[in-house]
Amino acid sequence: MHPALSVIFFTVTSGAGFGMMSLIGLNVPMPGGGVGAFAACLLAAGLAIAGLVSSTFHLGHPERAWRAFSQWRSSWLSREGVCAVTTLFAFAIYGLVWVFWNERVMWIGWIVSIGSMLTVFTTSMIYAQLKTVPLWNTWLTPVCYLLFSLGSGLFLCAAFGYWQWIPLLSLPVFMAGIFLVLIAWIVKVMWWRRIMTADFSRVGSSPGTATGLGELGKVRLLERPHTGENYLTREMVHKIGRKHAGKLRLIAMIVGGFMPMLCMAPMLTGVHYPLLFAMAGLLMTIGLLVERWLFFAEAKHAVSLYY
Amino acid sequence: MTSLPENPSKTKLGLVIDLDTCVGCHACVVNCKEWNTGGYGSPLSDLDAYGANPVGSWLNRIHTFEVSPDIAPASIVHFPKSCLHCENAPCVTVCPTGASYKRAEDGIVLVDEDMCIGCGLCAWACPYGAREMDPVEQVMKKCTLCVDRIYNDNIPEEDRVPACVRTCPAEARHFGDLGDPNSKVSELVAERGGFDLMPEQGTKPVNKYLPPRPKTSGTQYPAENEIADHADGFLGWVDKMLERL
Repeated sequence: MHPALSVIFFTVTSGAGFGMMSLIGLNVPMPGGGVGAFAACLLAAGLAIAGLVSSTFHLGHPERAWRAFSQWRSSWLSREGVCAVTTLFAFAIYGLVWVFWNERVMWIGWIVSIGSMLTVFTTSMIYAQLKTVPLWNTWLTPVCYLLFSLGSGLFLCAAFGYWQWIPLLSLPVFMAGIFLVLIAWIVKVMWWRRIMTADFSRVGSSPGTATGLGELGKVRLLERPHTGENYLTREMVHKIGRKHAGKLRLIAMIVGGFMPMLCMAPMLTGVHYPLLFAMAGLLMTIGLLVERWLFFAEAKHAVSLYY
Repeated sequence: MTSLPENPSKTKLGLVIDLDTCVGCHACVVNCKEWNTGGYGSPLSDLDAYGANPVGSWLNRIHTFEVSPDIAPASIVHFPKSCLHCENAPCVTVCPTGASYKRAEDGIVLVDEDMCIGCGLCAWACPYGAREMDPVEQVMKKCTLCVDRIYNDNIPEEDRVPACVRTCPAEARHFGDLGDPNSKVSELVAERGGFDLMPEQGTKPVNKYLPPRPKTSGTQYPAENEIADHADGFLGWVDKMLERL
């Protein structure tokens, strides 16, 4: 599949933003009202909104995007839109009360938290629902999205809540962070391992079933319908990004997994640097951008059986 | 609504494409573009049409495949492909706006272009590559089964079939109601063993394809090893004489 930069940026940043929002909603220790709260809310909502705005760039008609709220009964993309806007609305109320009255209303927080995770889940289901792309069509896809969202959100929250987190035992915080990131990448490795087996034979599709001529013999494309490219070959028969898949996977895991964990290591010795959390969050986000590139570039679409 | 119709009518309009008679002339492709660029919805645009890298939206395309049996020579099969108007159309249910829909009355899958946001998800959901984004209008284009011809009282009756069917010089394309077991197209499918494309995708396509007929020649393969069993007349006499030597 064609790795569109707008969609890669959207899934990673909105994932981090909604991950942050869901943790804030769970009442994780954060700076008190005023400037600190405002900055944390601004970053969380800013990331989520930047992602959503970026996602409209790949639309042919962004001015009609509002129509996408209508089909939530049947469409995961529509459900994503509804969840995202509802959650952001709840978060706006939560944030205003927090900034101006220094109070974190528990029940609104719960709505924000559940809404954020639902938003990330609906995003992942846009891909996981597609039977045409066997690599995406697994429950591991939503699990990866949710864990990566919480992981990157956790680091960013920790960077803000650092001063509030000191009185807590640093070890549990450290362990939770390491554990979450570790599990997230383990699930991702499981997802990558599927590549060996998650080809079209899993659903039973082949050039033989695509043409219905498989019974007669081995089917091979002799001539494409046209000499140049078309929308389908550009969008779904993309082959460029897979070339360095092995190296890119390693880069994603080192930058998005190993290095953020390394940033947390000084905590074990009792040394605390808030900047290290911010760095961990940033590194994980960069690693996830690489991971998301591969998510698209490595996925093969059923229509490629015709090309 | 992008849910599939709850009470679809028994009518299932669609095409039956004969892979035995298709000669791969692309006339259906051209006539489809000609009709549909001026018919339903926005024109079917081309970019760089006379340049080095032409690209454009087409609703019907002909692929050409080579089929190699184990013990017979390879054969060429021209393979026209357009929207199959699936009963269980995945392109309809993924649409976030309701632009993509399946008509309850005849099963035709259409796009309401004024509602389409051009997200491309329906094209991702379709295993057949039946949908293409128009490079100029940025809305999703697909076969309409020439909905603006088949019900059109203003054109002669023989023209009230899809443009691709009307133009096919080999009569490899047939249009009709595949929901009616007694229709000509349904009989054709039953008689010739018509099949679905990628049935494992669960899309239940309405359009059917007819397989190439078996080759009638008894030629052995590879032909260079072939030895005639018996011969009559002069050659038979020569054969007999040579046997005696």
